[in-house]
Amino acid sequence: MSTEVWTYLLVGLTFAGYLYIGYMNRVRDTRGFYVAGQGVPAIANGAATAADWMSAASFISMAGLISFLGYDGAIYLMGWTGGYVLLALLLAPYLRKYGKYTVPDFVGDRYYSQTARVVAAICAIFVSLTYVAGQMRGVGIVFSRFLGLPITGGIIVGMAIVAFFAVLGGMKGITWTQVAQYSVLILAFLIPSIALAARLTGMPIPQLAFTFTDIVPKLNQIQMDLGLGSYVTSHKNMIDVLAITLALMTGTAGLPHVIVRFYTVPSVRAARYSAGWALLFIAILYTTAPALAAFAKFNLINTLNGVSVQDVQTRPDLDWARKWETTGLLSFEDKNGDGVYQLTKGDTNEIKIDRDIIVLSTPEVAGLAGFVIALVAAGGLAAALSTASGLLLVISSSLSHDIYYRLINPNATERQRMIAGRTVIFLAILVAGYFGINPPGFVAEVVAFAFGLACASFFPIILLGIFDKRTNSTGAVWGMIIGITFTAVMILLMRSTKLLGTEAPIVTSFLGISAQGIGVVGMILNFVVTYVVSRATKEPPQEIQDMVESVRIPKGAKEAVAAH
Amino acid sequence: MGEKEREDARRYWQANIRLITILLIIWAVVSYGFAIILAPVLNSINLGQVPLGFWFAQQGSMYVFVILIFVYAKLMDKMDQEHNVQE
Repeated sequence: MSTEVWTYLLVGLTFAGYLYIGYMNRVRDTRGFYVAGQGVPAIANGAATAADWMSAASFISMAGLISFLGYDGAIYLMGWTGGYVLLALLLAPYLRKYGKYTVPDFVGDRYYSQTARVVAAICAIFVSLTYVAGQMRGVGIVFSRFLGLPITGGIIVGMAIVAFFAVLGGMKGITWTQVAQYSVLILAFLIPSIALAARLTGMPIPQLAFTFTDIVPKLNQIQMDLGLGSYVTSHKNMIDVLAITLALMTGTAGLPHVIVRFYTVPSVRAARYSAGWALLFIAILYTTAPALAAFAKFNLINTLNGVSVQDVQTRPDLDWARKWETTGLLSFEDKNGDGVYQLTKGDTNEIKIDRDIIVLSTPEVAGLAGFVIALVAAGGLAAALSTASGLLLVISSSLSHDIYYRLINPNATERQRMIAGRTVIFLAILVAGYFGINPPGFVAEVVAFAFGLACASFFPIILLGIFDKRTNSTGAVWGMIIGITFTAVMILLMRSTKLLGTEAPIVTSFLGISAQGIGVVGMILNFVVTYVVSRATKEPPQEIQDMVESVRIPKGAKEAVAAH
Repeated sequence: MGEKEREDARRYWQANIRLITILLIIWAVVSYGFAIILAPVLNSINLGQVPLGFWFAQQGSMYVFVILIFVYAKLMDKMDQEHNVQE
């Protein structure tokens, strides 16, 4: 069977599976719609969280990014995993005990303030919307690369699938679909990685091959010889590496679509284990990615550097290079006219490798059958759809629960709330699809915003809300406003070439920290302002202090659920 | 909540904070210490075939993160029972 037939078959089968699971898990009440009835077992929630967390970018682009960054790729590896330790120890168990539906719910109740609720809901919507646009784009790209469909058509198919299980099943449908999507995406990532590891090193387990065979030293040597710089040491300033890593970790712990997953488990104990399972499932991909990055880069350089112009056109084992050349992700140009392509740093370089090719080309480079290539396509789609659906639910719950029900119409009936939830999630899918088809030019820039805002707004406020009884409404509102304003202004100034259209960035860095890490400074400001202002103003009412005491102990989590 | 329950809850919270502090110190030392600040020094030692600082940055830190969460969950199971605050 040809690769294309395999791809249609596998993508079709997995999509049918998602639709079936979505239909089987359709819900009738808001508790099912927003928090899956709080009945998801810890390990299943772990898999769903992992699928929710790992986006099209994690699946398709991250290994490639690491292979070009070398050591500095650790920013993303640690930054996008270390936050789960903060979640498990500092946030998830207590938010589960508190036991309502959304992050703005906690912020609004704990700080007895509708202003805080609205600020939190707007942040949640903004963060999720910027993220989801990228996911829909990812769906379109996978369709166009693997099946040659136009991006727009691919996005519409993706929207229809997500709409079906998200509108019918809400969080419950999304959760069980994500469990299936995790299985697809992890298989699709591991099979080619294992094959490439075995082929290059004779050791099939990528993590062991990475550590105990001589691939990394050989790659490092080639990099040095070609003048590309060391693979195993940093090329960035250390303050910035520290700031970016911390911003990504605290941002992860503060992202609403991640936090809300811990509302869906049955108990406080399950919330703790669930965070462990989530990180284990994520780490399976995240510890494989740097291994794949090193193998694929070594293999690409080794195969392509110094190859003759004629070989690239005719050698049968370089079929894949010709195929990827037609997509524009790989390009050759014999600049010095010596009949041989050389890989170098700077303008003399004759082989241009797009970083996305690292994962996408692995099956062919490793000589695997069309079946595996098709599996990678299905995996990329699973990663994009699972993340998109989790984000869409946050947008829906922020608008229909936090703003419509808690603010505009507190007397809404269960039926009205369900209609609102379903309508909003459907509209959100349309908006996300629109941005996927017409991506604003600054999508990549906006991701820095998403993490920066999550770490400068939600993380400190939720943390202090649990660990410091004295933190009051005035402190929290001022802390959030100052943290968010500082971070947003700094990112605007640092990324002004893309966001404001200036010639050069208005500010290049702040104390050596770049736009990606600046949320850390916003977070520190938020902590300080909240702490100081809270102590200078009246302490929170007794019932709020009692509520804080009650979220600190697991006892009564089930009763808390029954009460609302 | 009765007086005894209140006292249980207070002791439980103190023990919890102590455990969280210890685990977060390990978390910070491994990720910000071994993998970033001390990486240039640790890179003079090899683990298998790769420099140790680099290994912590791209492998070791993530293994430690996973272990920390499961250790916390396990120890908290015991602590919940001891302080009589389990669900």
